[in-house]
Amino acid sequence: MSSRIFGSGIRRREDPRLITGSATYTHDIVLPGMVHAVMLRSSHAHARITRIDTEQAKAAPGVLAVYTGADIEGALQPMPCAWLLPDSDLKIAAYPCIASDVVRYTGDIVAVVVAEQPSQGYDALDLIEVDYEPLPSVTDPEAAAADGAPQLHADIEGNQAFHWTVAGGDADAAFAEAEASGVVIKERILQQRLIPNAMEPRGAVAQYSRATGELTLWNTTQNPHILRFLCSVVTGIPEDKLRVIAPEVGGGFGSKIAAYPADFVTVFCSKQLGRPVKWIETRSENYQATTHGRDHVQDVELAATKDGKITGLRCTVHAGMGAYLSTAAPGIPTILHGLMLSGCYTIPALKEDVYGVYTNGVPVEAYRGAGRPEATFMLERLIDMLAGELGMDPADVRRRNFIPKFDDGHKVITTLNYDSGDYPGALDKLLEHTGYAGLRAQQAAGPVNGKYLGLGLSSYVEICGLGPSQVAGAIGFQGGLWESAIVRFHPTGKVHVFIGASPHGQGEETTFAQIVASEIGVSSDDVKIFHGDTDATPMGWGTYGSRTTAVGGAALAVAVRKIRDKAKVLAAHLLEASVDDMEYEDGKFFVKGSPDKAKTIQDIALMANVAWDLPEGMEAGLEASTFYDPPNFVFPYGAHLAVVEVDTATGDVELKGYTALDDCGPQINPTIVEGQVHGGVVQGIGQALWEGAAYDDSGQLVTGSMLDYALPRADRLPPIDVISTVTRSPHHPLGVKGIGEAGTIASTAAVYNAVMDALKPLGVKRVDMPFTPERVWRAIQDAKGA
Amino acid sequence: MFAADFEYYRAGSVAEARELLAAHPGAKLLAGGHSLIPLLKLRLAAPAAVVDIGRIGELHGISNGGGALHIGALTTHAEIAASAAVNAGAEALAEAASQIGDPAVRNRGTIGGNVAHADPASDLPTVLAALGATFTVSGPDGERSLAAADFFQGMMATALGEHDILTAVNVPAAGSGSGSAYVKFSHPASRYAVVGAAAAVTGAGGTCAGASVAVGGATAVPVRCASVEAALAGRALSADAIAAAAAAAGSDFGDDLLGDVFASGEYRKAVAPVYVQRALTAAAERAG
Repeated sequence: MSSRIFGSGIRRREDPRLITGSATYTHDIVLPGMVHAVMLRSSHAHARITRIDTEQAKAAPGVLAVYTGADIEGALQPMPCAWLLPDSDLKIAAYPCIASDVVRYTGDIVAVVVAEQPSQGYDALDLIEVDYEPLPSVTDPEAAAADGAPQLHADIEGNQAFHWTVAGGDADAAFAEAEASGVVIKERILQQRLIPNAMEPRGAVAQYSRATGELTLWNTTQNPHILRFLCSVVTGIPEDKLRVIAPEVGGGFGSKIAAYPADFVTVFCSKQLGRPVKWIETRSENYQATTHGRDHVQDVELAATKDGKITGLRCTVHAGMGAYLSTAAPGIPTILHGLMLSGCYTIPALKEDVYGVYTNGVPVEAYRGAGRPEATFMLERLIDMLAGELGMDPADVRRRNFIPKFDDGHKVITTLNYDSGDYPGALDKLLEHTGYAGLRAQQAAGPVNGKYLGLGLSSYVEICGLGPSQVAGAIGFQGGLWESAIVRFHPTGKVHVFIGASPHGQGEETTFAQIVASEIGVSSDDVKIFHGDTDATPMGWGTYGSRTTAVGGAALAVAVRKIRDKAKVLAAHLLEASVDDMEYEDGKFFVKGSPDKAKTIQDIALMANVAWDLPEGMEAGLEASTFYDPPNFVFPYGAHLAVVEVDTATGDVELKGYTALDDCGPQINPTIVEGQVHGGVVQGIGQALWEGAAYDDSGQLVTGSMLDYALPRADRLPPIDVISTVTRSPHHPLGVKGIGEAGTIASTAAVYNAVMDALKPLGVKRVDMPFTPERVWRAIQDAKGA
Repeated sequence: MFAADFEYYRAGSVAEARELLAAHPGAKLLAGGHSLIPLLKLRLAAPAAVVDIGRIGELHGISNGGGALHIGALTTHAEIAASAAVNAGAEALAEAASQIGDPAVRNRGTIGGNVAHADPASDLPTVLAALGATFTVSGPDGERSLAAADFFQGMMATALGEHDILTAVNVPAAGSGSGSAYVKFSHPASRYAVVGAAAAVTGAGGTCAGASVAVGGATAVPVRCASVEAALAGRALSADAIAAAAAAAGSDFGDDLLGDVFASGEYRKAVAPVYVQRALTAAAERAG
């Protein structure tokens, strides 16, 4: 492997088109005869529709059609849920693309207007008359599970979508013993509802041909191949007549995994009218109807000995699912959460009950980290509380409980087999790099001008590179989780790569070219990566769960190695040598000891393509394809430190410093890794300090715009110090893991712990996220009073 | 989103703008557009007509005369923040203007549009109340001048009549031995003031000859903090004296406090003294 390009922080080739505005997003697709769909969404969180009158809207200028739930009857199947969580009493509520009798959240689609111009569509929306009979609503997941709560779905008792458990060891015995002779720490954690806020809102362009029965769907999706399948299920258009294109997609963070009713309503409109139809959501609509994340109420307890050794963990989680189950929703607070509960630590016994609960909110889906931030948070918070209880430094409690260094598999209590890791090494390096001991000394000197310093650690391990397809089947995921790649050498030695994954901002067009270049000695500039078009690329399961490099990158490496093998045989033939005598180095094939008489990969590409002189039985061309199904997940890990200052006069929290140590294995492009860490860390900080979707008592989204929903801003963030260690995954062809979600998984807990550390001398025990100044200030006032 | 249909007129002069307002009842004035256009796009406002005054040259620019800064209504926040005259004679105003929104907002948004919109969380009204600014209004009966206390009448409500146009804001220029400052607690999303405190201090030789203090964000209109001003008058401008005086800030707020999901009225009132203290401290330092 060439060391020059693998590991080089070359610039992202995606950026010139992105930063000059010349990229083509779904909204940029303009087709002859195209018309525009606009959705009428419910203004009530829960109500019965008693009447809809669309006559005036139908007569409005430019309006071609108005459709309601009655019109799609039989034409659009209900929205499918694609993660059928086993052994969980899963109850999937009917999720119509257009609500016809009851609306269950303020984004439910009630009607669609198709007009020549979008503005005409919006004008016509105001002319649709809908009579609602309001029903009581509930948006808090715990309240929704309580007796007497408003019931969302007639056939689903207690709003319970599922009840999933994970257990290992004898947790109850561990707690009995800790009650008698150790310590038990209890906490209630609210993982507030978050809005993903991809830079590009969602949208679709559907072009149905009545002549051929074929549909092309441009869509803001993270996984076009899955969408093609789901679109076929919902619309009845057979998969072979369906082409899904994910053009440039401006971020997703999980919110573009799911299939959405609006996408299929757009398809329906195109089919009905025989014209291309575009639907693009507004930012307000994005907040109202594109999936949210988190929304857990967690009751957690930790059992430990008096010298800080963890003996058990028990938790009950009420996970808000929103009004319906989104595509992958059931797997997020369960498989991706519960199986990671023991984190970086040896925990001999644990037990968790997760209740998925229907509420009158936007459906909840994966959001960067997806289940793992919620798991990391509960564990890291409890460990800090344990440290406080025992008067130990939080770093020491972590060290006391870490899984020792391992490099080829370690089975944890939840049955997962971690691949490789050195958690103590990561923490030690972090503490040394940040001068942790000095910071503690500074803190011990006391507050300055009423400002208290706080330090927060977060050690994490995450599961990503989803995953072995056999496991996918066992955990109810309605698909495989392998990835594919086709590598095609052209006669001039230039390379086209076709992948099934669908990058949407992560930079894999750059890193995947680096993989090819490093594996076969071409320039990365000679490699073009194609993705995001189901007609042009091989099947793949999409980009989420930090899996694209971990799984798709592996597929690519394997495919390129197949090319290398074939090239070697051809080179041996052309050099009239035995294959066994051939050597390969940096794109050159030569007989041992004669590097000057080498055949370059470009020579081989030409000879393979013209096929004038091939060895007996060799096919022409230089192309390989792979379907790579990983033998295991990968488990990146790291340790983060946040330093905050809390102004006791106002409750304002200032993040003074942040250091992220991440181990994602060998880094293909350190600049891109750093970018992913920055983005991920900031999103996690956002949850701790600023973000939170709030509904009022009637189920209206109070934080309905960026005027109210506070996203992180650069001027309130310190420089983020990014460092790393490198631990190879033993089972991955390149040893790499994943980095897309790491920052988010670690940083919320680090910042939370830092703020609580700062508030400790003031006697503050808990504050709900986000740490708005008022919440912090009130907690200080209450502690003073207590 | 798309605004509902409206008629668009561009006025070439103040007189023409007034005529257009008279001819189109319910018409809205458009200057920098940073208050009106979002309302139109969200369909929270749907006027039949919009009168664009954005290119009326006579409403633009800053001049200095008669001991006051005359700031044309169309002067942008960025121009105010960068103005040497404003930075010399009304530091608090430059400071506030530099903290409004983001560069794009500051490059388009105007002082006239800002104060005419009278958002209680806006920065400039608070500063203008503290600095004793006056507002020049051109109306059907000619021109008149209003003090801040008369101009700001409630949440999103001013003394401007349907056919009035705000043409200028006049700020007394501070002399030597005076200083002013604006300190705000920005909403993390909107950047509007959750609490904004403006203070102007005259304090030659370290003794307070006069102070004026206003707080915005907690009430429908900016509150002049008479208790703070009285407590400080004639006192040495020491840190203790400032802190003691600032502590009284909340007592001037009355009972009608503004609050939302992010910060309650009670909280705004409780932390206002902190921001008043910071503003007074900075102003006293500048008074030298």
